[in-house]
Amino acid sequence: MEAFLHQVFSGLATGGIYASLALALVMIYQSTNHINFAQGEMAMFSTYLAWSMIDAGLAYWWAFLLTVAISFITGVVIERIIIRPVERAPVLSVVTVFVALLVIFNSVAGWIFTYTIKTFPSPFPEQPLFGNRYISSHELGAIGITLGVLVVLYLFFRFTPLGLAMRAAAQNATSSRLSGIRVGWMLALGWGLAAAVGAVAGMLIAPIVYLDPNMMSGVLLYAFAAALVGGIDSPFGAVLGGFLVGVLENLIGAYVVGTELKLTVALVLIIGVLVFKPTGLFGRVFVSRV
Amino acid sequence: MALLEVADLFAGYSAENVLRGVSFSVERGGITAILGANGAGKTTLLRAISGLLRRRGSIRFDDQAIERTTTEDIARLGVGHVPEGRGTFLDLTTEENLRIGAYTRNDRRAVALDLERMFTYFPRLKERRRQQAGTLSGGEQQMLAVSRALMLRPRLLLLDEPSFGLAPLVVQDIFRIMRGINADEGVSVLLVEQNAALALELADRAYVLETGQVVISGSAADVRSNESVRRAYLGF
Ligand SMILES: Nc1ncnc2c1ncn2[C@@H]1O[C@H](COP(=O)(O)OP(=O)(O)O)[C@@H](O)[C@H]1O
Ligand SMILES: [Mg+2]
Repeated sequence: MEAFLHQVFSGLATGGIYASLALALVMIYQSTNHINFAQGEMAMFSTYLAWSMIDAGLAYWWAFLLTVAISFITGVVIERIIIRPVERAPVLSVVTVFVALLVIFNSVAGWIFTYTIKTFPSPFPEQPLFGNRYISSHELGAIGITLGVLVVLYLFFRFTPLGLAMRAAAQNATSSRLSGIRVGWMLALGWGLAAAVGAVAGMLIAPIVYLDPNMMSGVLLYAFAAALVGGIDSPFGAVLGGFLVGVLENLIGAYVVGTELKLTVALVLIIGVLVFKPTGLFGRVFVSRV
Repeated sequence: MALLEVADLFAGYSAENVLRGVSFSVERGGITAILGANGAGKTTLLRAISGLLRRRGSIRFDDQAIERTTTEDIARLGVGHVPEGRGTFLDLTTEENLRIGAYTRNDRRAVALDLERMFTYFPRLKERRRQQAGTLSGGEQQMLAVSRALMLRPRLLLLDEPSFGLAPLVVQDIFRIMRGINADEGVSVLLVEQNAALALELADRAYVLETGQVVISGSAADVRSNESVRRAYLGF
């Protein structure tokens, strides 16, 4: 029982990280109908940035905040300079750009930081909190930070005029422009937010999977599975999907197929959802009358 | 000077132009109607004014050239546009749709008052305030589209076939409110309609568009009594 609970809790911790990254994917998908395949590598690069700052002696939380801010700005700049010119290009060109971004981030990281695996610190104590036996401090902290990020994003999109404008721009660009909303900037802000959320996910997963240029490839696959399971156009679905995939991954890995085949579980989920329920669990049922 | 002055306007979707040298104006406080059959270029004309299309020629709004201005900035200058198909944000609530209309405004208190004003114009919208706009009926969505444009506090309102697909009673409702807004608040209106009889009742000036060119123009009364308009558009 204890081992089982431990698997569930640590699944929730990594699941929260998948949820964040899945949410980043969904945010960009909703406004552009594209999956940003480079989302994981951007997060990886952000994590290296944080590592460099910590390595240079900066306190963890300062490095954390600075990394989030720089990632946000980088996301905005990437949208403005690289994505915007191909906004109306055929899907294949856009996918090519995303894959190119992925490869560039990966190889530049390898070139600067080498492919040697590095450890990444956790801001949380090594001893489990409150003397519990089920969950490590880092896992508990990761869940806390993830939930915090999700709540802040929810409040932002739900209750601020800017958040509303971003939702509007994602839904109907023409009507938004006719209302004076600068749609191009809303898309760029979306990229910035996605990159910032990705950076948090990267910094939270790095102490678990260790830091190397390929650290996010598996994580992105899980996030992708999460987004699909939840419904690629549903932020809530993506978040729930993330936690679900995290727990499933652990339980199936521990009790069914063994850890070597864990990643296969994600692939099976992806294919299963695409074949049997392409809209995902919470995918949109269109409610409209014309 | 007229509020909107369009001269020799060319616009279209490809190399070939749909509009071929269109000139017309909307007086301050006036209602101008553009009549024309399906495919004449009415929607294209409104989209060109709002900068949603490539265009060439002169468009002056309030004595300012806007033929190179972006759609966003034209809206910010005070041009409200109720687009063909209503342009509803289907997944947002009715109230959120209205708030989007007021996005560029900073006067929060006045926005709150305007929101209430829209609800008195269209009580149906108040009932549906927290409902997803996609669940509204066609008539309700048209009311929402008009209100959303009014939330911008426009000086000029572009209306693209507000009567399209609606029950006569709903149409009357919307036109009555348009007349009130024009009279009480001095919002000038450019109204595009296939329903010529209805449009000529409301408008003071009218232009008839055929294959991208103005073929008849004048006061609404003159256009109404024009022989070919009577035959082609009024059906008597
Ligand atoms: N999105 C578009 N792409 C290409 N041609 C279009 C488009 N929309 C309209 N047209 C063409 O432009 C002409 C005028 O259309 P439109 O302005 O919609 O007419 P109206 O609003 O008067 O019915 C038509 O011949 C139509 O086929
Ligand atoms: Mg039309």
